[in-house]
Amino acid sequence: MNQFQYVRPAETSGAIKSVALDANAHFLAGGTNLVDLMKMGIVTPERLVDINNLPLKKIENIQGHLRIGALVTNTQVAENKFVKENFPLLSMAINAGASPQLRNMATTGGNLLQRTRCPYFFDTTMPCNKRVPGSGCGALEGYNRMHAIFGASDKCIAVNPSDMNVALTALNAFVHVSGPKAARTIPFADFHRLPGDHPEQDTTLQKNELITSIDIPTAPFSKNVHYLKVRDRSSYAFALVSAAVALHIENNTIKDVRLAMGGVAHKPWRLTATETFLKGKTVSEDTFKQAAQIAMEGAKAYEHNKFKLKLAPNTLIQALKTASGLTV
Amino acid sequence: MKKDAIGDSLSRVDGRLKVTGGAKYSGEFKITGLTYGVLVPATITNGTIASIDTKVAERAPGVIKVITYLNAAKVPGYQPNESKPASKGLKLFNDNKIYFNQQPIALVIADTFERATYAASLVTATYQKEPFKTNFQKNIDNSVVPQGGNYKDYIRGEADAYKNAPVKIEQAYLLPSEMHNPMELHVTTAFWNADGKLTVFTKSQGVISSQKALANAFKIEQSTVQINSRFVGGAFGSSLRTWPHEIAAAQAAKMINRPVRLTLTREQMFTLVGYRPQTIQKMGIGATPDGQLIGITHESHSQSAVYEEFTERSVNVSRFLYASPNANTRYKVVPLHVGVPAPMRGPGEATGAFALECALDELAYALNMDPIALRLKNYADADPEKNLPWSSKYLRECYQKGADKIGWEKRSSKPGTNREGDWLVGYGIGCGAFGAYRNKAQAYIKLLADGSVNIKSATSDIGPGTGTSMVLIAADILGIPAEKITFDLGDSSLPEAPTQGGSATVSSVGSAVHDVCLALKKKLNTLTGKPENNEDLDYVKILKQQNLPFIELTQGSEGTDEAKKYSMYSFSAHFVEVHVHALTGAWRIKKVVAVVDAGKIVNNKTASSQMIGGAVGGIGMAMTEEAIIDDRFGRLVNGNFADYHVPVNADIPQIEAIFINKPDMHINPLGTKGIGEISLIGVAPAIANAVYNATGKRIRELPITPDKLI
Repeated sequence: MNQFQYVRPAETSGAIKSVALDANAHFLAGGTNLVDLMKMGIVTPERLVDINNLPLKKIENIQGHLRIGALVTNTQVAENKFVKENFPLLSMAINAGASPQLRNMATTGGNLLQRTRCPYFFDTTMPCNKRVPGSGCGALEGYNRMHAIFGASDKCIAVNPSDMNVALTALNAFVHVSGPKAARTIPFADFHRLPGDHPEQDTTLQKNELITSIDIPTAPFSKNVHYLKVRDRSSYAFALVSAAVALHIENNTIKDVRLAMGGVAHKPWRLTATETFLKGKTVSEDTFKQAAQIAMEGAKAYEHNKFKLKLAPNTLIQALKTASGLTV
Repeated sequence: MKKDAIGDSLSRVDGRLKVTGGAKYSGEFKITGLTYGVLVPATITNGTIASIDTKVAERAPGVIKVITYLNAAKVPGYQPNESKPASKGLKLFNDNKIYFNQQPIALVIADTFERATYAASLVTATYQKEPFKTNFQKNIDNSVVPQGGNYKDYIRGEADAYKNAPVKIEQAYLLPSEMHNPMELHVTTAFWNADGKLTVFTKSQGVISSQKALANAFKIEQSTVQINSRFVGGAFGSSLRTWPHEIAAAQAAKMINRPVRLTLTREQMFTLVGYRPQTIQKMGIGATPDGQLIGITHESHSQSAVYEEFTERSVNVSRFLYASPNANTRYKVVPLHVGVPAPMRGPGEATGAFALECALDELAYALNMDPIALRLKNYADADPEKNLPWSSKYLRECYQKGADKIGWEKRSSKPGTNREGDWLVGYGIGCGAFGAYRNKAQAYIKLLADGSVNIKSATSDIGPGTGTSMVLIAADILGIPAEKITFDLGDSSLPEAPTQGGSATVSSVGSAVHDVCLALKKKLNTLTGKPENNEDLDYVKILKQQNLPFIELTQGSEGTDEAKKYSMYSFSAHFVEVHVHALTGAWRIKKVVAVVDAGKIVNNKTASSQMIGGAVGGIGMAMTEEAIIDDRFGRLVNGNFADYHVPVNADIPQIEAIFINKPDMHINPLGTKGIGEISLIGVAPAIANAVYNATGKRIRELPITPDKLI
């Protein structure tokens, strides 16, 4: 990797000022993704602003509402008692990702900013609009087994690799950010982008803005939840397809429901129409099958990922069955 | 006083060194003045280098030298006027030709590895591109019969006799390219002494073979090359040969007159040190309605490189494993613009057994016959290919023990009908064979006054625990405790031994150890005037009486004519229970039972470990491993450990190794046959057959990923 400046400020405002000094500066948190990208020559920062000394390491329970500091590690979130009791879906999703070693290093804020695992993004000799805008999409007519079936564009068909993001979108999280201008709050569903004409932009985070915390509002999803990740091996593999299901069931009736999928789009894929369909319905396998059909509306596959058109609904059905207790 | 140590379970004699970091691998020798080398890969797939710019790299901090074909000191053995070419295959930095993507075009030497890595990224080149072929299936019509006479079509009885059989199977089986990727990277540290002697620390399965290759490359006396490779962190066949980058490390050390450590990156391990080649196998098997085989036809096409031909014996297993009156095989290779393959654990046979054992399973269902019954019906009591008796064969016992252990009676004969909740349950069997070889080897022994013994031989230990087995053999023959014995290996100055490959180390080197121990006893008996075969020896007392500080001797050992009278193989039967989720295609291998007829087992503990390791490799072959090239660019798209999937711990179930453990005294005096390869051969078909039994889905293209099961 290239040589770079390295600073480690102690204040959030100082970190933001420091990163703004240089057009090619990056925040460094757990480093589990950024350092890989630097080794591969995909990111070549002139300056790294290490934020690990910033006071963003708390998990807070604010009257049932959860606030997770941006520097809380994935392991700390997944193992947190309040999280496990009130938002078990989040624990399950985090534990489905990466490996214990990586989760010990990776941070909450960093996980939101994970870059795609598309092989064309990772190989600097290949075309990739996300890495070099205008260079073309290598995956469109290349090896696209892992790629999107929803919301892709002819510029990019990559998927967001995070498991945690899938749960966070289902849980209606909010992202708090600070920047050179005023601090702001972004609803999770608006945080990640679809590729459109600008796949180089993964998120709506503005230049020099720093994620400071994530909020998850109180919700009745402590029991009937499931995160199901289908992958090529039992751990340490990205999702072929994953499904996050949170149900609030009373008397066998679905009172409230949140659904999202991973491995299918450029952003964690929330299934709002399917949620509307399920609300008020009685728990049954037939209902889940109908729901899965609705979830798949608008899906489009490429040469190597046609299987996702079947795997995605099957995964959703199975996750619904498990969450509702129809199957164990 | 014979201790009967052979057959014990002795923990690895070097285990403590390995787990405490005391074992030094070839990338860990810090020699004074050490420099670090990093290779620069080509970004085209076929053509020539038009220009190469090293100026920026040369100015980067810490850079000592950038070596390209333009400035490289010529390797004498690479030059065409030499009568004996130094090494087949690629000659690095010898000319401007590019044969495959990521072929090295430059070697950057710097004062640290990190600086060399960065400077390597600054080397740029322009190319004269030429059309290339990397797509195996699209180029299958360009296949050729390999050179030399060993790969002619084989016909026994009538060719394609299966076609007229009442019941027949005709199918093709595809195996993708599979990478060895041992944990330890390939690293070579080389330096030249003032007297012209070359010393090399390298990852090698054969220090003598490495010594010969480097001596031949630089046209120097073999004795002036010293190879050290005491510890090897796995190899699986990827270190059977001396690779061009190993010669390049020595070449660079000579050019800069300093020690050079050349380390391949994990990504370079996917392109520069071989792999199990992609192979399509067409099988035809025919039988009578009651399951008597009529004919087997096995045709194999395998990927090779345009600049060097690689062959393996994938079709041979179909000639002898079953008693079919008719059998014919054909083997061809497809030269592509890719790096050359290399033998990988169970080379040829693992590939061949996948096709044969799956086709046989398909035949069993077509016949409505139990797969074990079908195998028993066609049991070969003698080798039908060589027309020789087996030196030993207990495959029948393997079937029996394996079936008992896996719970074969729980297998449903109708696929897709055995369910546990949402999971489909299946059982499968896969068999294999691998030649039992014995090569010439020497061993040196030294008995010291305190009764301790040191034995040396220039063999290797790539993981099976060679030193541990040798200690057990010596303990057994000498009748002294294992703690009194040390064994040295991995050093080319030791008595000559063959390369560790082909499951033959215990048979070859173990026999030399056996013989040298006997020779020592004989010598002591002679000294004391006792009969030659006297077993009552007090070693300390004899040396004291004879007033000797030590006794040493070297003994050679080799096989006899028995090899011409018998057909010699290890045999195995693998049994698998697999569960497949009906909706998601997720799979769980629940149990693997490996039953092996490998003659006498020397060390039960390390042999079991070896069987478990082979089964893990077989699980990867069956379920996860596949190297994928984008044929538009000729580049791998998953050449890293995140995207090329080896099995993880959570994929591996209980694996039980069962040894028949009956000595085969025709091969060597120990009665051993060999287990390194047989541990993997037959695992993949056993799994594929279990998956079919579970789901009714016959997957003929490995790996069996979830998308293929929904």
